[in-house]
Amino acid sequence: MKKSGFKFLVVLAVSIWLTPFASFAEVISADSAFQSFPPMPIIVTVSDMPNDPGGALIVEWSIPDADSLTLASMNVYQISRSSNPDSEFESITSLVAGSTRYEDSGLEDGKNYYYRIIAFDNDNRLAEGTGGPGVPSGQWFNTGRIPILIMVVLFATTAIGFIVSAKKGYKFYVRPIAGIRAVDDAIGRATEMGRPILYVPGLGTASEVATIAAFTILGRVARKVAEYNTRVIVPNYDPVVMAVCQEVVKGAYTAAGKPDMYDANDVYFVTQDQFPYTAAVNGVMLRQKPATNFYMGMFYAESLVLAETGFISGSIQIAGTDQLVQIPFFVSVCDFVLMGEELYAASAYLSQEPQQLGTLKAQDWGKVLVVVLIIVGMIFSTFGWESFAAWFDVG
Amino acid sequence: MRREIPLVIVFLFGLFMIVQFFIPHRSFAFLYQEFNNWTIIIGIFTMVIGVGSLITVHYSKIRFKKPGWGYSIVTIVSLCGMSLIGLIGGTENELFLNLYRYGLSPVTSTMFSLLAYFIASAAYRAFRARTVVATLLLISAVVVMLGRVPIGQIITAWLPEWLQLQNIADFLLQTPNVAAKRAIYIGVGLGVAAVSLKIILGIERTWLGGDGGK
Amino acid sequence: MAGNVEMGFWDKLMAIDRRWIYLTIGIVVFIPILLDMTLPVYVTAEVKAVYDRIDALPQGTVVMIPCEYDPATMAELRPMAHALFRHCFAKDLKIVSCALQIEGVTLVKDDLALIAAEYGKTYGVDYVYFGYKPFPAIVILNMGENFRKPFPRDYYGTELDSLPMMKGVVNYSSCALLVNINATSGADYWINYANGRYKAPLALGVTAVSATDYYTFLASGQIFGLMGGLKGAAEYEKLINHNAAATKAMNVQSIAHSVIVVFILIGNIAYFASRKRKKAI
Repeated sequence: MKKSGFKFLVVLAVSIWLTPFASFAEVISADSAFQSFPPMPIIVTVSDMPNDPGGALIVEWSIPDADSLTLASMNVYQISRSSNPDSEFESITSLVAGSTRYEDSGLEDGKNYYYRIIAFDNDNRLAEGTGGPGVPSGQWFNTGRIPILIMVVLFATTAIGFIVSAKKGYKFYVRPIAGIRAVDDAIGRATEMGRPILYVPGLGTASEVATIAAFTILGRVARKVAEYNTRVIVPNYDPVVMAVCQEVVKGAYTAAGKPDMYDANDVYFVTQDQFPYTAAVNGVMLRQKPATNFYMGMFYAESLVLAETGFISGSIQIAGTDQLVQIPFFVSVCDFVLMGEELYAASAYLSQEPQQLGTLKAQDWGKVLVVVLIIVGMIFSTFGWESFAAWFDVG
Repeated sequence: MRREIPLVIVFLFGLFMIVQFFIPHRSFAFLYQEFNNWTIIIGIFTMVIGVGSLITVHYSKIRFKKPGWGYSIVTIVSLCGMSLIGLIGGTENELFLNLYRYGLSPVTSTMFSLLAYFIASAAYRAFRARTVVATLLLISAVVVMLGRVPIGQIITAWLPEWLQLQNIADFLLQTPNVAAKRAIYIGVGLGVAAVSLKIILGIERTWLGGDGGK
Repeated sequence: MAGNVEMGFWDKLMAIDRRWIYLTIGIVVFIPILLDMTLPVYVTAEVKAVYDRIDALPQGTVVMIPCEYDPATMAELRPMAHALFRHCFAKDLKIVSCALQIEGVTLVKDDLALIAAEYGKTYGVDYVYFGYKPFPAIVILNMGENFRKPFPRDYYGTELDSLPMMKGVVNYSSCALLVNINATSGADYWINYANGRYKAPLALGVTAVSATDYYTFLASGQIFGLMGGLKGAAEYEKLINHNAAATKAMNVQSIAHSVIVVFILIGNIAYFASRKRKKAI
């Protein structure tokens, strides 16, 4: 009796001792380990996307109460959206851990939007927060592009200022450009030899500046050609360029008083394929043996094929392009080359009009300004003052 | 009026394109998109003019048996043939694809391959050490040509790293080349801005034709 | 007499018929193709940057590889495209592609299908090809808003929304990065619009001649990597341990470049010898 009584007391004591652990074990079940702890708060801010056409919001969040260990344990953020904080939120996306920002688009301007962010660690909801309202709207001015606006206004004002000066009689000096000066001599050579002139306006479209510069030089060439009774052949890559070239050449012949000399079959469309076009032009060079070849405009890999074939056929060659990569090929084969801006300056150089020369001067002063800005930026950056360079970082 | 109307159109649309760059609002973005769509549509229709010109020129050559008129027959047959095959059978039909793969593709590749021969003959003829600058250019060309292929690495592998051809070639590409290109880009950019301004303001009118629009 | 013959020789050499040069180049390009040799390719930092960036992407990530090459430039750029496709498919990445140059539409489609078949990839699930639309600048701008704007359907006429891979893939921000393989100056549009306006991480694969232009953008950080020409393709093949066309072509290129250098040296020797003779006279 005494032994069984002692055993009963031991069991009772152990049971009493284990009871708290048992009740704690009930609490710690596999599925509900963290649900008894409320999720940490997420601070959610919603703002309109700046400098956009509208329909977009920026959602940003932070979890100030979470330490680095907790943050590292979060593996996904679920983002939901609603137009009413009390109604159901619709899940829109999930982002990987570490994200603190989301850009939502395709929204309706003027409408309120609320966002709920929940941070998960597998199935456990570790943090949660709701923010808003954010109201998307479009902006009427892109403040990020103010530096560009300043430069545009500065450049335009300078150009207009120089144009006005030129119109009042101020003489601007423009350095001689050998390629342009050689145009007249080259046309004269063709006339003496009784052979035609080949003018290739490049592979650009009519909206490209190099092609527009090519039109200007073509106008000059066509006028001289008309005066000298020589033939000019203009094979074209682009139909719109062809249409403009036809007008330019026809107009030049008319201005020279020889409209009947214009032959529409000499200004024609070939193809809009690079190497078939090159093959066609090469064929013209080898069959017609022009005395002078002009390559003005945009050229790509075919530049050397054209120039070398022209060299083989014994033509004088004058090239002009703004494609930097092709300039070395032209330089090594052609007699004269207009490089980059020299091609754009051709219009001003040939016409000597005050308005044209004024904008040329504005370009030069624009370059001076750029050099000054580079030097200032270099000095500032050397001393660690990055704000100057950052001001030019436009979106 | 024939000249004034295009100038007014160019001015208005040019001005709009400048202004819309600074105004992100939906209404301006919509207009910008619409104008871009018009550009695409107009560009496609101009192809009709181009093809018309091509056929006119070659038909004239065939009719009057001008030199090379046989090639004109080939041109017109190819143009009409490929177009009809593509229109009737679609661009995925075997005949169309075979003509592309075994006709057009090798011909185009061959034209590009001519560059290998032409660069050799041009280099032989033009790369002369006539002046100090020309000599520098020549040396740079040789260094980059050899440095960018495995043989450059092999022949200078025994030298210190900074003297190996591939490293010198990389330096030339990443430093002097970048500096020069940046400078030219800035100049070209200003040139483009200047010409665009001239076109918008109607100062540059050669694109109008007829003696520069005068 | 002997001296006159020697001087005449240099003049003749300077005026050599160019067809001898063409013949030499032809032989020099042809013979290495027959030889079984592999010259070592060293990898440059700009190509490794592209490789490392793609290699670090997790499985299932969407990558955009728009290709703008044609039969003329496919010799340089097709091996590059193949190497990139191989790398992406080997890492189970998903590829979105388009061809904004009309001459290359079929080429790119065939290349993508060829490499996808090698890795057992399924169209619509592992890769999607949009095809072609004209005016690349406008298309690139529109794709920044939504791929469906310029391409509501893919190349085969299937609506993009019905393709499993395209669920949730809206625009450039849905892609981890863009690698544009471009034979034209259209690469400028990708830099200005895709990276400049939409901040898409961008790398370029261009022809060797064009590569010199794009080092400026590499230096400014507008592109994170640059592959130039056949050499760039050979470097990428080395990185993915799959030597193919580009690696073999480096043999040819090495010898051809060396021969051109020899021609240049001969030309200069002839020039100076001829000049010396004229001064003596």
